[in-house]
Amino acid sequence: MHEPFSEQRSLSPMLEIRRLEGWYGESHVLHGMNLSIGEGEVVTLLGRNGAGKTTTLRAIMGILDRAEGSIVFRGRELLGLPPERIARSGIGYCPEERGIFSDLTVEENLLLLPVVGEGGMRVDQIHTLFPNLKERRTSYGTKLSGGEQQMLAIGRILRTGAKLLLLDEPTEGLAPVIVEQIGVAIRLLKQKGFTILLVEQNFHFASSVADRHYVVEGGKVVDEVGNADVAARSQQLQAYLGV
Amino acid sequence: MAMAPLETRIAAVNGSAGRGKAAIILLVVVALAAAPYLIYPMFLINVLCFALFACAFNLVMGYSGLLSFGHAAFFGSAAYISGYCAKTVGLPAELAILVATSCSAVLGLVFGWVAIRKQGIYFGMITLAMAQVVYFIAVQAPFTGGEDGLQGIPRKALVSGMAPMSDRQSYFFVLAFFLIGFGIIYRIVHSPFGHILRSIRENETRAASLGYDVDRIKLLSFTLSATLSGVAGAVKAIGFQLATLTDVEFFMSGEVVLMVLVGGVATMTGPVLGATIIIAMQYYLSEFGSWVKALHGMIFIVCVMAFRRGIVGEIGAYLSRRRG
Amino acid sequence: MMSIFSMPADVFLGQLLLGLINGSFYAILSLGLAVIFGLLQIINFTHGAQYMMGAFVAWMLLHYFGIGYWPALILSPLLVGLLGVLLERTLFRKLYNLDHIYGFLLTYGVALVVESAFRAQYGVSGQPYRPPSALSGIIDLDFMVLPIYRLWVVAASIVVCAATWIVVEKTKLGAYLRAATEKPVLLRAFGVNVPRMIMITYGFGVGLAALAGVLAAPIYQVSSIMGGNIMPVIFAVVVIGGMGSIGGAILTGFCLGILEAFAKLLYPPAASTVIFIAMILILTVRPAGLFGRTR
Repeated sequence: MHEPFSEQRSLSPMLEIRRLEGWYGESHVLHGMNLSIGEGEVVTLLGRNGAGKTTTLRAIMGILDRAEGSIVFRGRELLGLPPERIARSGIGYCPEERGIFSDLTVEENLLLLPVVGEGGMRVDQIHTLFPNLKERRTSYGTKLSGGEQQMLAIGRILRTGAKLLLLDEPTEGLAPVIVEQIGVAIRLLKQKGFTILLVEQNFHFASSVADRHYVVEGGKVVDEVGNADVAARSQQLQAYLGV
Repeated sequence: MAMAPLETRIAAVNGSAGRGKAAIILLVVVALAAAPYLIYPMFLINVLCFALFACAFNLVMGYSGLLSFGHAAFFGSAAYISGYCAKTVGLPAELAILVATSCSAVLGLVFGWVAIRKQGIYFGMITLAMAQVVYFIAVQAPFTGGEDGLQGIPRKALVSGMAPMSDRQSYFFVLAFFLIGFGIIYRIVHSPFGHILRSIRENETRAASLGYDVDRIKLLSFTLSATLSGVAGAVKAIGFQLATLTDVEFFMSGEVVLMVLVGGVATMTGPVLGATIIIAMQYYLSEFGSWVKALHGMIFIVCVMAFRRGIVGEIGAYLSRRRG
Repeated sequence: MMSIFSMPADVFLGQLLLGLINGSFYAILSLGLAVIFGLLQIINFTHGAQYMMGAFVAWMLLHYFGIGYWPALILSPLLVGLLGVLLERTLFRKLYNLDHIYGFLLTYGVALVVESAFRAQYGVSGQPYRPPSALSGIIDLDFMVLPIYRLWVVAASIVVCAATWIVVEKTKLGAYLRAATEKPVLLRAFGVNVPRMIMITYGFGVGLAALAGVLAAPIYQVSSIMGGNIMPVIFAVVVIGGMGSIGGAILTGFCLGILEAFAKLLYPPAASTVIFIAMILILTVRPAGLFGRTR
């Protein structure tokens, strides 16, 4: 079991997940997830395909078929709330499939999401962060490259004022140059005080941006590694990830 | 006269199932034989024709997973053709039915060929459109008698020596066709072909990947269903001596969906039960006019919201829950 | 006398106008159906009954409350639309997890109940409904006579259809609709109350049907069978136009109205079937309809 870091964290974590069970239809995927994230931290969920990382994010957003346990965000229980209420409590979701609306232009996509909190970035600030989005403003969602879609997916939620960002495999399938750009963006967001829960299979990228890593296997957390220890435990991590 | 088909069925069942099943069959036979002496034969004829229609429709709705909104086209056109052959051409009933059924088969093939590749709701829409064309033809065509329909269709059959049959005799005549039709559907459903149909309904892409020519199979099922619906319509015209626009209008297509839904989709006896209930309602509540239709609508709603498996389906599910 | 396409001008223009009028109703009704289908993925079979209710409510407002045409144009769609919202909230919502066919069957059941109830109560003969005095009368051109009310119907339809199209394609509200049509669950996870949107959209589509009913009342008379008669045609229009396409529905509605009117001139017996034959032909060549997008 993992203990060390829980004591060092601030008294009330921003997000606390306890005993989370989750199902896709009949299939029992999460078997008691436990994790917590403090305000301003960047934390990753590492693990193989099918470990339950994406499922956990979906459970948080309330779009999983069935879930039991406890998900507390800033003192409020999220489990059982409709997805729109969860989002409006200040959480931004960037799904694995990116979810760019093909019937809408880049600009429409960017402006679509309702504001869920104060202090959201302005459109010009997002354009500075991701210049491609400004260039491709009037293109329809389907016409974007993978990297541009990812930037749009992240840019969208930055506008909403969400303080906790859930990013599901933001670097998947992207060229190293784009991955670098995204890494820069995430570090910048961290500076600005965003809290980020990141799902990643690429732990080199993960360790370049995160403070802590949870290792997920078989639907629960099996290990926790501080970013400083990643190098020392890299072999063990590689074994977890089946690399 | 109409006994041969019954006997062969009893023989077939006795060989396999055992005394329990044979006893039920015997009971059914006795009930069917005695029925016209206890209940108004025209009512029974009505039930039998629609029961056959509903069973035939169930072949596509329940067992193939295709929702057609145009089956009235097969039922109604067969009724008109059979009526015309019997009344104007003077054919004996059996031949009139044969001619009408052949036409239904062709019509079913045409409808099916056009519609079968469409998925989901498009299939229903196209069958609806084609049925509308048939309806408009029925309204316009000189031989259909327009608003009045074809009346006074003679009930002269070969088996009655070309003498007009009485109500009771007509009942047995219709019963024979019902049993033949029901038997055919039973054989289809329980054959390897029927199994393939069901696997297509469950998961079409998987059936295709296993090498089945899905479109061809669906087309065959649809054509069979159309043909048997034609039998029902043709027989109805003879039995009732009447073929009207009601038989071919959209509401009729909706009625048969209702019968199958109420009775039980993808069961053999469900459509029969559903037809009996709906026809009985029409007879015993006829004084309420359009309110009966409204009641049908309410039953539709209740079935869709709460009893999607229909009466027979729900009973079946209840029994299997109790068993284990 | 002038001749257009070897037809006398007044006959040609007369048929054109007739086609435009029928086309106006086809356009508004199929627009409503397309909007509903786009978001709910349900073919609203009740549409015809709601169109009929729209006409009846206008008639009832006049008959029982002395409320005239102009207020009815707003009140009727509102009332019928509200009933639609109620329907969605209580019944439809429960069926979204199932095969779409059940939603369709439900709308058929509701249509049956509504139409039969009105029929039982009012019979099949039409109740007359006079157009408001401001719109009665005619414009007398040299070669033909234009009834003002009919011109109004065409103009009103064009405005309503254009306004709806603009809202859906060009505004932020429409962007939400388009996004919800594409990825409803994800949109909820972004904070948009999609269930409420669905409810309101259904109400709007139904309101459009009712509006068509009010417009139709002075022309076609108010009868319990007006919905049933027009439904198969509307289905054909929506399918030809492409099930999710709003622009397609509008354009196809007007065009088919005109096509039908000219078919009546050339070969009257087939006129009623020409739309369905067109549908069969077009679907064979373009399975998703003229403007449809295979998703």
